[in-house]
Amino acid sequence: MKRKIPVIITSLVGTVLILSVFFPPAERMGEDFSIFFDIIAVFAFFLGGGNLVRIHGNKIYKKARDWGFSAVTLAGFFLMLAAGLFKIANPGGIAADVTAQGSLFQMLYDWIFNPLGASMYALLAFYVASASYRAFRAKNKEATILLIAAFIILLGRTPLGVYATAWIPEQFSLMQIPNLAIWIMTAPNLAGQRAIMIGIALGVISMSLRLILGVERTYLGTDNE
Amino acid sequence: MNNLGLIISFLVIGAGLLWFLLRALQGKEVERRIIFVFIGLAVSVPILFSITFAEKASPIVKAVYDKIENLPDGSRVLISYDYGPSMAPEVEPMSNAFLRHSLAKGHKVYLMGLWATGQSIAATAIDSVVRREFPEKVYGVDFVNLGYKAGNQGVLNVIITDIRKMYLTDVGGIDLDSLPIMDGIKSLRNMNLLMSVGGGFPGIKEWIQFAGDPGHIPVAGGSAAVSAPLLYPYYPTQLLGLLGGIKGAAEYEAELKRHYPQFADTPQPGIKMMGPQTLAHLVIMAFIIIGNISFFVARRRRG
Amino acid sequence: MNGSRWTMIVLIAVVTLFLVSWAIKSFPSSGDTISWPSIRHAFFVTLAAFVTLAIFSFLYKDNPYYKFAEHLFVGVSAAYWMCVGFWSTFVGNLIPRISPGLSKFFGVPYKEFTFYYFVPLILGILLLMRLSSKAGWLSRWALAFIVGTTAGLNLIRYLRSDFISQVSNTFVPLLVQWKGTGAFFSDFSLASGGQFTLMLTNWVIFIGTFCGLIYFFFSKEHKGVFGAASRVGIWVLMITFGASFGYTVMGRVSLLVGRLTFLFDDWLGLMN
Repeated sequence: MKRKIPVIITSLVGTVLILSVFFPPAERMGEDFSIFFDIIAVFAFFLGGGNLVRIHGNKIYKKARDWGFSAVTLAGFFLMLAAGLFKIANPGGIAADVTAQGSLFQMLYDWIFNPLGASMYALLAFYVASASYRAFRAKNKEATILLIAAFIILLGRTPLGVYATAWIPEQFSLMQIPNLAIWIMTAPNLAGQRAIMIGIALGVISMSLRLILGVERTYLGTDNE
Repeated sequence: MNNLGLIISFLVIGAGLLWFLLRALQGKEVERRIIFVFIGLAVSVPILFSITFAEKASPIVKAVYDKIENLPDGSRVLISYDYGPSMAPEVEPMSNAFLRHSLAKGHKVYLMGLWATGQSIAATAIDSVVRREFPEKVYGVDFVNLGYKAGNQGVLNVIITDIRKMYLTDVGGIDLDSLPIMDGIKSLRNMNLLMSVGGGFPGIKEWIQFAGDPGHIPVAGGSAAVSAPLLYPYYPTQLLGLLGGIKGAAEYEAELKRHYPQFADTPQPGIKMMGPQTLAHLVIMAFIIIGNISFFVARRRRG
Repeated sequence: MNGSRWTMIVLIAVVTLFLVSWAIKSFPSSGDTISWPSIRHAFFVTLAAFVTLAIFSFLYKDNPYYKFAEHLFVGVSAAYWMCVGFWSTFVGNLIPRISPGLSKFFGVPYKEFTFYYFVPLILGILLLMRLSSKAGWLSRWALAFIVGTTAGLNLIRYLRSDFISQVSNTFVPLLVQWKGTGAFFSDFSLASGGQFTLMLTNWVIFIGTFCGLIYFFFSKEHKGVFGAASRVGIWVLMITFGASFGYTVMGRVSLLVGRLTFLFDDWLGLMN
């Protein structure tokens, strides 16, 4: 019951979705299963929210270390949740787009979620710069090839590359940095990425088959759970 | 202003790099916070002086531009907003440029998103681009916002055969059958061009796998720089063109400005960002060189 | 000065700066009278600037302002996805298929009653059982559906787009615009659109992909011809990683430029 039914569900759903590609009568079923999947995905969002409330609520209840920050998380969570679920200040009312301009939900997105998310990733620019200074060393042949490629791309993706090598005659235009950067992207980069892509595809295909055939069951966890 | 800004920027960056070089030659370490301050300065000064450079579209960017340009007027173009705040500064200029170009060409534009954040971004794009620059365009006739649906590739697996099964209404709850723009649209196969702007999962890759390839529909993309190299294996057979990072956006904006004089005064964040971007690249390259000098100096000293 | 006193001084300074910034931003620049929208806009711009600075403060060291911003981000983003998911897909796709009453309540057009749409509703509720320690195992049924769908969807698409198409696209002509050996050498040039470059590109794509795959093949020892091909594969992969590094730098810098532009332009108004 705990393991057999899930394995049957996985096999059935996976098989139907594969068949839906080849047999038009199964197409409709494939569509329905995809919509089921989409609806269950929303429940996964709810699960994420529920888990967040449980973990941070516990921290606050137990007055654990830094519990005040958990209160901040929950305050942000419930504020956004209320703004979205009740469509507070939404000019179009309950039937309108939840992200309508002027709604509190969209304002919170624009002025809190957006700056926080963007700044979090912008921080990485500083660490990339620091790593460039401290970590990228031409210690061997492979590292040197990597650095040269990176250099050409960094230069070629800016106007500096144009100014630096504009003097090279048209007959040798491949040696102009911007053209060389384009060539690296469309030849060796493409080849390397393709090799990786084919490898990943084989991995995904074999893993999908293992799941559908019921060979791979690790996603079910242990019986103790 | 551009030249003065450039001179000041080069002076600030040059002086800083010289200091780093001297430290490297002396074999002394540099505290990471000094590196942070320097990179902050190197990016800030060119921003404050609004330094810009001329841009020229590379073939992979030009391919997208030409595709939109060469489609017959009134063609159906779908733009999917598959990104969030973590990518917005570099890909938002692309989605805005696609939207601007498609509307200026008289195409019918369908907006949607595979990321929840895409719904907010599409709403902002309608407000900041369509309503301001194309007040004559009518919602439901010239453009429509279908909004976001959860389910990643599951969404694409449905709309490749039946859009109405997934989208019962538009983003505002209006029945799709009451919108003239949806006349004759059964599935994605009725679209003339699919454009995904993003760089994560789900994104351009899924659009190729689940829509472009099975439906034989042209797919173009605008990608965050981080994931752009990963998409090259699809180019040009499965992905007709790609804007990679802010450079791709700047090239597209330049191409648009060159052919559409009415866009000369519209915001061009891509072109504007390329000034600080260029100088930051210079600093990173100099850091790699100086870091290696420091490494070899230390190695020689150790014997 | 002890730590808590210093913390209090910094907090007071931050709050004061926030209020000053809010007050200054509330006055419209064109000389119009102060209004509720301008006060609200000023508040949000100042808030966005302060949370941006709070995140950047991590560069100095981990501190309570960064932690505040980080925790706020977690809460807000979780609720954001929940709300948009709820309205777009739960209300947009499920309700119109199972309940006319709820459709009317939420203001979405009712489609038709489709009994089997209770399946995702039940599976979704089972997924939420994960929160319960006793009935948590029931969530496996929903998880199994998710895993089965993903496997079924991905198998064919990866096979077609990322395997068959990629292999097929690797078989490119190795002689391009070929008019004979004599013509090749007499017209030789390194022009970016020239015959030699086009041929070089195709050779690199063909050999590079092949050697890259050999490098990933671990069932045979990398020795002799196989080892040589594997080494070529490593070089191709190194160029690939170098290109990825270059693009990663570009992306991260763009995000920083975006945030700094916001601070200088939208908040401080230093740019034209």
